[in-house]
Amino acid sequence: MDWYPLINSLRIAAISCVLVFFTGVFAAYYVARLPRAVKGILDVFLTLPMVLPPTVCGYFLLTVFGMKRPLGMFLAQWGIQFAMTWYGGILASAVVAFPLMYRTARGAFESFDTTLAYSGQTLGLSNTYIFWKIRMPACRQGILAGTVLAFARALGEYGATSMLIGYIPGKTATISTTVYQLWRTNDEAGAFFWVLINMAISTVVLLIVNMLERRNGKAGAS
Amino acid sequence: MSLSVHIKKDFGGFRLCVDLEHESGITGLLGASGCGKSLTLKSIAGIVTPDQGRIVLNGRVLFDSEQHINLKPQMRNVGYLFQNYALFPNMTVEKNVLCGLNREKDKKLKKKKLEDALAMMELTELAGSYPHQLSGGQQQRAALARILVSEPELLLLDEPFSALDAYLRDSLQIQVKELLEHFGKDVLLVSHSRDEVYHLCSHVALIDGGRILETGRTKAIFASPGSRIGAVLTGCKNIAAARKTGEYEVEVPEWGIRLKTGRPVGDHICAVGIRAHYFNPRAGENVFPVRLDGRMEEPFETTILFRYQDQDRDSAPVWWRLPKDRAPEKMPERLGIAPQNVLLLYPEDTAGEKE
Repeated sequence: MDWYPLINSLRIAAISCVLVFFTGVFAAYYVARLPRAVKGILDVFLTLPMVLPPTVCGYFLLTVFGMKRPLGMFLAQWGIQFAMTWYGGILASAVVAFPLMYRTARGAFESFDTTLAYSGQTLGLSNTYIFWKIRMPACRQGILAGTVLAFARALGEYGATSMLIGYIPGKTATISTTVYQLWRTNDEAGAFFWVLINMAISTVVLLIVNMLERRNGKAGAS
Repeated sequence: MSLSVHIKKDFGGFRLCVDLEHESGITGLLGASGCGKSLTLKSIAGIVTPDQGRIVLNGRVLFDSEQHINLKPQMRNVGYLFQNYALFPNMTVEKNVLCGLNREKDKKLKKKKLEDALAMMELTELAGSYPHQLSGGQQQRAALARILVSEPELLLLDEPFSALDAYLRDSLQIQVKELLEHFGKDVLLVSHSRDEVYHLCSHVALIDGGRILETGRTKAIFASPGSRIGAVLTGCKNIAAARKTGEYEVEVPEWGIRLKTGRPVGDHICAVGIRAHYFNPRAGENVFPVRLDGRMEEPFETTILFRYQDQDRDSAPVWWRLPKDRAPEKMPERLGIAPQNVLLLYPEDTAGEKE
């Protein structure tokens, strides 16, 4: 039994989820404070990957990072190649999952009671402390929801991933590309097996989230 | 202790233009909602940046647009009690108070200050509780503890009692007053409640439309607010346009009467005010025939609405308020008002500073 697609999918989803967590949260934080006009334009740009078909995202990624494109060739000098490598999958999943994190985090930040941040400032707390110890916990539910959505989206990413990194067994194969490949080659049992694996992971993730929510509820800081 | 605030800020539809000098004690900023009083506090705390001007606290420049000085809120050492108390919801009372002690590096001292503050505010038992488990009064005490442990040079209170139930408000006012006197802090208190300001503040500044109309000792300002808006803010119920007819006499066309005044009448007089409590059926002067127009009963006071005999039909009735046990069964035929109780009101821009 070759478990490579599982390991590859999990690491791609996990790493891109971490990346998306930080970039999404910081983008949300800074965009929420921009003047309205700039905010509108940036918002459209940052949300676009969510509404575009993933293959279109894959197309753009290839035109930028493709092996014969300037940036792709430039990065290749340092041995970095996003096309047809497993870590290219991180880029593809991150781009597609980013808007989910960004939008949910922004919604959470916008409903944050700013007097909490102001009172922290007048008490002499640093902005970094206020951000991590007051703003983030207060927006915890939105941020957590965004993270889970981003992870789930990254785990299930197919379109952009298959465009950018293709399907090379043992190298770039992920669960979703494997399901398609096996189905295409009439290995229905194999496809069904990976479908079950995917469903199991998603179920476990959702259970963990529900447990976290309940524990937080008990801590009393609603 | 001294605070000097001279700032301007344009918000598009609203202009804030505040000049305020605070020497010591508790100064109240009294104004209707949206008059700019909270914005003034936020400018002092550094949360709002004025377009131009200067803010100096005890010789320390907090803001100066010409010298490009704009200290961060963290550096101003000004405590700010928000209307909703702004306790951090994810932290216990103890952790909230510790946030105010973030500058204290000595661990032993920090612990002692924390314990002292919790004991002083009667919060020791509640140290492990979260803000949403506290009553309004407890939240207020926790927020005050958090601010006072940080030892601010100036304390800003933004409508500190408006989030509380009416019955709690009165008893808490007494507690807060004692506390502030005990700590000896300089305080600016923002409120739309004249009772709160009268009770708590030695000095008062009346604000309207982003400008300070009058400043002075609270009792002096309440005794004779110089402007029409000042009279409204200090709770004067009866205000009518007036013009000068003599050195100590004004004519009030709306009420169809001429009133003798206790003070010499200025040329610019625009209106007179009479506080509802000051009418007297046995007064010797300014006595005019009246007739009953309505009556409102409150638990301890009675408001009698009446009209002067020659009063303009379209004008509002005059208010006479008195303790319930002294309210007459039958409306007196004539009511008087002592000349010194006739408030002389001038246009806002000529109302001067009072001592």
